[in-house]
Amino acid sequence: MPEPISATNDFVVKFANVNGSGSASANELFAKCVLRMGVPVASRNIFPSNIQGLPTWYEVRISGANWLGRRGGVDLMVAMNPQTWDKDVASIDAGGYLLYDSTKPLPPSKFREDTNSIGVPLTDICNRTYTDPRQRQLFKNIIYIGALASLLSIEPKVVEDAIAAQFQGKEKLIAPNVKAFRLGYDYAGEHLAGACGLKLERSNEVGDRIFIGGNDAAALGCVYGGATVAAWYPITPSTSLAEEFGNHCHEFRVDPETKEHRYAIVQAEDEIAAIGMVIGAGWNGARAFTATSGPGISLMQEFFGLAYFAEIPAVIFDIQRGGPSTGMPTRTQQSDILLCAYASHGDTKHVLLFPKDPGEAFTFAADAFDLAERLQTPVFVMMDLDIGMNDWLVPPLQWDDSRRYDRGKIMSHDELEAGKIFGRYLDVDGDAIPYRTLPGTHPTKGSYFTRGTSRDRFAKYSEEGAVYVDNMQRLLRKIDTAKSLVPAPIRHDAKQKARFGAIFYGSTTVAMEEALAALETRGLHLDTLRVRAFPFSEDVIEFINAHDQVFVVEQNRDAQLQKLLVNECAVDPARTISILHYDGTPITARFITGAIADRMNLNQRQEAAE
Amino acid sequence: MTYITKPKLRHPGLPKNNLGFTHRDYEGSISTLCAGCGHDSISSALIQACFELDIEPHRVAKLSGIGCSSKTPDYLLGNSHGFNSVHGRMPSVLTGANLANRDLIYLGVSGDGDSASIGLGQFAHCVRRGVNMVYVCENNGVYGLTKGQFSATADKGSKSKTAVNNDSPIDLVSLALILGATFVARSFSGDKTQLVPLLKAAISHRGSAVIDVVSPCVQFNNNPASTKSYDFVREHNEAVNRLDFIEPRAQITVDYEPGTVEIVTQHDGSQLKLSKLHGSYDPRDRVAAMTYLQEHHAKGEVVTGLLYLDPEPEDLHAHLSTVATPLNMLGEKELCPGAKKLADVNESYR
Repeated sequence: MPEPISATNDFVVKFANVNGSGSASANELFAKCVLRMGVPVASRNIFPSNIQGLPTWYEVRISGANWLGRRGGVDLMVAMNPQTWDKDVASIDAGGYLLYDSTKPLPPSKFREDTNSIGVPLTDICNRTYTDPRQRQLFKNIIYIGALASLLSIEPKVVEDAIAAQFQGKEKLIAPNVKAFRLGYDYAGEHLAGACGLKLERSNEVGDRIFIGGNDAAALGCVYGGATVAAWYPITPSTSLAEEFGNHCHEFRVDPETKEHRYAIVQAEDEIAAIGMVIGAGWNGARAFTATSGPGISLMQEFFGLAYFAEIPAVIFDIQRGGPSTGMPTRTQQSDILLCAYASHGDTKHVLLFPKDPGEAFTFAADAFDLAERLQTPVFVMMDLDIGMNDWLVPPLQWDDSRRYDRGKIMSHDELEAGKIFGRYLDVDGDAIPYRTLPGTHPTKGSYFTRGTSRDRFAKYSEEGAVYVDNMQRLLRKIDTAKSLVPAPIRHDAKQKARFGAIFYGSTTVAMEEALAALETRGLHLDTLRVRAFPFSEDVIEFINAHDQVFVVEQNRDAQLQKLLVNECAVDPARTISILHYDGTPITARFITGAIADRMNLNQRQEAAE
Repeated sequence: MTYITKPKLRHPGLPKNNLGFTHRDYEGSISTLCAGCGHDSISSALIQACFELDIEPHRVAKLSGIGCSSKTPDYLLGNSHGFNSVHGRMPSVLTGANLANRDLIYLGVSGDGDSASIGLGQFAHCVRRGVNMVYVCENNGVYGLTKGQFSATADKGSKSKTAVNNDSPIDLVSLALILGATFVARSFSGDKTQLVPLLKAAISHRGSAVIDVVSPCVQFNNNPASTKSYDFVREHNEAVNRLDFIEPRAQITVDYEPGTVEIVTQHDGSQLKLSKLHGSYDPRDRVAAMTYLQEHHAKGEVVTGLLYLDPEPEDLHAHLSTVATPLNMLGEKELCPGAKKLADVNESYR
């Protein structure tokens, strides 16, 4: 029997539940309590595409050291789902803990000898206290939260305050929930003192940070960024982005007197119609977006080509999930990178942004509208389920009130009236971005016919080879212009000169940061570059060429970013080593550490042998 | 499409409308459709309708999908912005454009392939949302640009040079009625006297106005066995009424014999004078209109005229309670809640 794990403010608690049983809000309450103790948490909901009855998990990473990615492994399993019991028990780290409902005795074969089992007769406590079956179910969850609070030394006042906050507006529910919490807390205090070596200690590490989901934050970014038209079709895991946009608009964009809305949201009949509406609105000068996931992106392809070729601003949030096809609709991946980078038939190239967390989802959402209008092209905000649907601890969102929306090059009535030459596809400024006019600007000047067919610089239809090539070359130069406008990559150099580099992006960042620290303690040093956008800037090429080997860490099977790097940057593919994690769960620090350490150690051994 | 530019010369004596524009100000590029194509007559009717309604040409946005019909917005209203989008998806693009700026007049031009085949879904949803637009379907029953395949509006038993259509037809007018369109009409490209007033009434209508215009394809579907040919429609045209469009400022001074003429006032004050050609036909009765259409279609007749009208319609903007100012005119002040509010937002996530 290994030593029971002893840890303070640094462990992983995983809840195994049945979905639709009310466990989600109890588990979130637990995470909130840890935060209220001042200790950072990263929580991840691992759920099925189902409403009731299937297994669901909630993993809470508690890290006083502020590691917010998944670590990997489980120190304490709250096993509430008989369907997944065996696997759940098997997943506990040696020396870890199992909290379970001990109402009915289970055979010894159901337990492991190298873990510590902590039984609480949850059903029994419930049945003695409650008669209503629904109450028995719901309060059982709160009772185990109570037991956990006692085992982990969470202050009872913290839990009671968190319950009060959770039921704000439904005050009648506070007292019964506090009662249920006390049932579990008192039971554990009486029977289980000293049973668990995992402890929480009050800390100030959380600071002023907020706990927010990426879809919610991106929706706020759309409100702040001036989006007025949202067209969308429900699809997991993007749905809550559109819905939260509605909620935030309801709060901030309804005229208090007239009750009129300074926004329009349409739930379209499908994703094709959704992107069509976005493009129509963008053409007509409104900031418009859609939120979708892989299957929606597949359906929208034809329109992306139109918006690229006809040069119409559009913002698309792709909350990536496991593909291909329906794939794993409630699991996370970064597997639409190539699909979006070259979306639609013909030669295309699109602007992609890669936020690392909900904080950047907010910023990049607002930035995306400026970029789309400046560049007159679709801009894809490449999020994923992990960022979109989980609450993350991030610095408070910020807005500079002096910021003005960049509406791009729009020729006005007065400029037209003054005789300024208007050619819709004329590169006046040398940056390959032409001027546009909005419908309804001037009675006799500046109108043009927007089309997906080839045309000359003055928007006249033409199938002349030279005219077509001229336009296609300008579109390519426009993407060059984009390189200097999109968020720049962030480079971080190791304390000592490193021959190895690592490139990563998006939700991988948090696990990567922890992995790098772990590698450093093992004496393995890497320079890193976090890519934040496509098209890639020169810095990316420079970074790759400055290292013997560059790890490219991603959450897909086919090394999509690596392929994009090789394709676009003329770098030697032999220089890159892909570290790929694509089982649908968020990548863990342990996985990255292991994969990179193996490779670097192998390399060192080979060199020593030579 | 256009290779030849139109000469800019204008006859000094061309009549002007109340805004001082001549007919030429509402024209577009030279049509590249086949000589005798019904679509050109519809373009010409649209030009006349806009000229007569004194519409500032740039206040119209023309949108279309793909196909012969969808090329026509290039051939009219050259001072208006046009958008030739993708096949069957004009309705969504038009919806988005309309959401962005509710102050323009939205003209959607489509064909039977574009609306009834690939775009049937978008047609249906756009109509049921009550988007304020004039949706003209230039209906010839065939795909012209790909040389003569049947479309979904081709009647059962229609024959082309090489094939017979055995599929049941989709009637866009019946569909529009079921889907809640608030202005539904059918006309014939060869009957400008009927079509122009219908277009004028549709433009003045604040809601989804659908006009199905039978528009023969001289190249591929103008044969004796086609129900979309000039001869067939002329012989089987069953007009339910004759419409005169009377602008808000004009006065109706003549008295009509009771029962023969009905005056319907639209929300903007314009009046539609309907001369009844079929005594019992009431264009404000949606259910009766559907029955009438079915009965007469079964007899092989092409029912035309103003088939249904809701004089007090609600449009998508009303449903969404959007502000009167077009959304594309709003700036930071109206849209961005600012840093102070964000501090409160942050607090709610702690």
